Amino acid sequence: MIESYVRQFEAAAANGGAKAPEWLKGIRQGAIDGFRQSGFPSTKDEEWRFTSVAPIARGGFVAPGAPGALSLADLAPFLFDHPEWPRMVFVDGRFDSSLSNAPTELGLTVTTIAEALAAEPQLMERHFGRHVRPDETPFTSLNTALARDGVVVRTSPGSEILVPVHLVFVCSAAADGIVTHPRVLVVAGERSRLQMVESYVSLSDRTRYWTNAVAEVSMEAGSWVEHGRIQRESEAGYHIGFTHVDQARDSHYRSFSLAMGGAIARHNLHTRLGAPNTEALLYGLYIGRGDQLIDTHTTIYHDEPNCRSWEVYKGVLDDRAHGVFNGKIFVTPEAQKTDAKQTNRTLLLSDSARVDTKPQLEIFADDVKCTHGATIGNLDPMSAFYCQSRGIPAEVARRLLTHAFAAEVLNEVTSEPIRSALNHVVYERLGVAR
Amino acid sequence: MAPLLEIKNLRAGVAGKEILKGINLVVNAGEVHAIMGPNGSGKSTLAQVVAGHPAYEVTGGEILFGGADLSELEPEERAQAGVFLAFQYPVEIPGVTNAYFLRAAYNELRKSRGLEEMDPIDFIDLLEEKLKLVEWGPDIMQRAVNAGFSGGEKKRNEILQMAVLEPKLALLDETDSGLDIDALRIVANGVNALKRPDNAYVVVTHYQRLLNHIVPDFVHVLADGQIIKSGGKALALELEAKGYEWLTGVAEAAT
Repeated sequence: MIESYVRQFEAAAANGGAKAPEWLKGIRQGAIDGFRQSGFPSTKDEEWRFTSVAPIARGGFVAPGAPGALSLADLAPFLFDHPEWPRMVFVDGRFDSSLSNAPTELGLTVTTIAEALAAEPQLMERHFGRHVRPDETPFTSLNTALARDGVVVRTSPGSEILVPVHLVFVCSAAADGIVTHPRVLVVAGERSRLQMVESYVSLSDRTRYWTNAVAEVSMEAGSWVEHGRIQRESEAGYHIGFTHVDQARDSHYRSFSLAMGGAIARHNLHTRLGAPNTEALLYGLYIGRGDQLIDTHTTIYHDEPNCRSWEVYKGVLDDRAHGVFNGKIFVTPEAQKTDAKQTNRTLLLSDSARVDTKPQLEIFADDVKCTHGATIGNLDPMSAFYCQSRGIPAEVARRLLTHAFAAEVLNEVTSEPIRSALNHVVYERLGVAR
Repeated sequence: MAPLLEIKNLRAGVAGKEILKGINLVVNAGEVHAIMGPNGSGKSTLAQVVAGHPAYEVTGGEILFGGADLSELEPEERAQAGVFLAFQYPVEIPGVTNAYFLRAAYNELRKSRGLEEMDPIDFIDLLEEKLKLVEWGPDIMQRAVNAGFSGGEKKRNEILQMAVLEPKLALLDETDSGLDIDALRIVANGVNALKRPDNAYVVVTHYQRLLNHIVPDFVHVLADGQIIKSGGKALALELEAKGYEWLTGVAEAAT
């Protein structure tokens, strides 16, 4: 199983990979060596205790062949009714310029990794593989070794980008049996402002493939970034994602995550408040049905004083779906005046649904405010009766109340078109069990 | 013509404990009935059983609404038929605006009557008029349903919902509890403005105070799950003066 990925690496290295700069070849070689040593994690590993990736390890996924043929109409459901926004589209792992839109705003650069390596080799050497350590997990190793292309988003100092940048990683019905390794690098210049969304979507709910994504975000001093992540993979597919954000002084990171696809889906979101007076707001929603397993691990590193983090993750689980939430907050001895709050709330709509939630706060400073709370519950029967007593049928009431529970997170999305599109997607999905 | 509401020997309870022990009550269109009684007598249970609260089990008797049996209907079907319960403790629904909730309810009622749904613009016009009844501006509609509302605001919101949904039978469950005098006046004015010859009110209350504002045609005293005395408006004043003991004493002596 492991060897097949090593062979994929060797084939790629001999092919297009030979053109890569030496530093990148070194990183990739180190990454594949690391993966060869580690192999896939098992549930004996604390980080993967509730999430068995055996179906992925045994899956025999191969490198993509020719991508499926897609039109803009196929993508329409995912574009927030704004097909004109700057957009990079990857179909079955391959960049498709005909479906993409180049940005027009001054101060914003959106290119493929290949283009960025040619145009700005120093920038790439400074950032690529420096924020997400290649050996962070076996999956980040594999992504680093095998990612052949991806996106680089950059804002120049002081620029204020008014339109969201959309990165779309779509799998067609032809994606059966393949693995893709999407890779994203974001460098937000000093005092710049950027909104961006990564979408991982599928055109077919039965396609069995694996997405292994990595995103690195570097925020320079005073920058503001809203970073969305929409995971609507096929419910027969697998999704592993790892995002790491490095925040410089006075930066403000705001993320939202919607995870509702995948037979097994795992996302790690790590942010390092690496300078004083930085802020991170993390909002997330996971929705599972059938036998889905949706796992979120977040880590907030409070390294420096006077930083604030605020995290709310909510889940709605139906049928036999299984949710996992692990929220780590590390506060170093230097990080005085830290203000951190973490909330995880899960709504279980059936007796067979379950969630494993674990807050994990490690605090080494004494003058801090750190709180966490986790709740697990069912719909309140009095609320349902209240709706029904106004003429709203039980099924509609259940959906209304479930959506209201989820909307608290969705309504934190600052872009109105994205917020209303996500509210619609979630409303359509809720109350539809498998 | 059948009475609007006819309750015959109704017995109901919760978890095996009988609370209503044979209630008989007839309410005709155009009437206001007050149900009074000491705490724990079953007043609120009666209102909730008529509205279809799922926690209660009906163990005997009948609830006829316009001559048709209500007891097998879901709460939403009762609402669609024209029953409205103003809750003693209105439920907070964070994440749903008052505007959305009310329009959803209003349209469900319309759908059940074979009418087209009303679009948001027309609904705003309709609301504007109803909001005046409870002396509210439009801002309240963008707040989440009852979330963070004061006790008085919650009760006003119940009256607003009633004004929009225009029920045939409104059950007001202790609507006066927790109200200051201004809120009480607003709530009572709202109810009085909505009174019509073709609708009726059943006002459940512990105190006579509300009945100074909403004048009942009939007053019933409930004790230990039975109506032990019925009379006109004067009965409420008598209860205010003497308390309930003289009546419950009578009831005990009678059994």
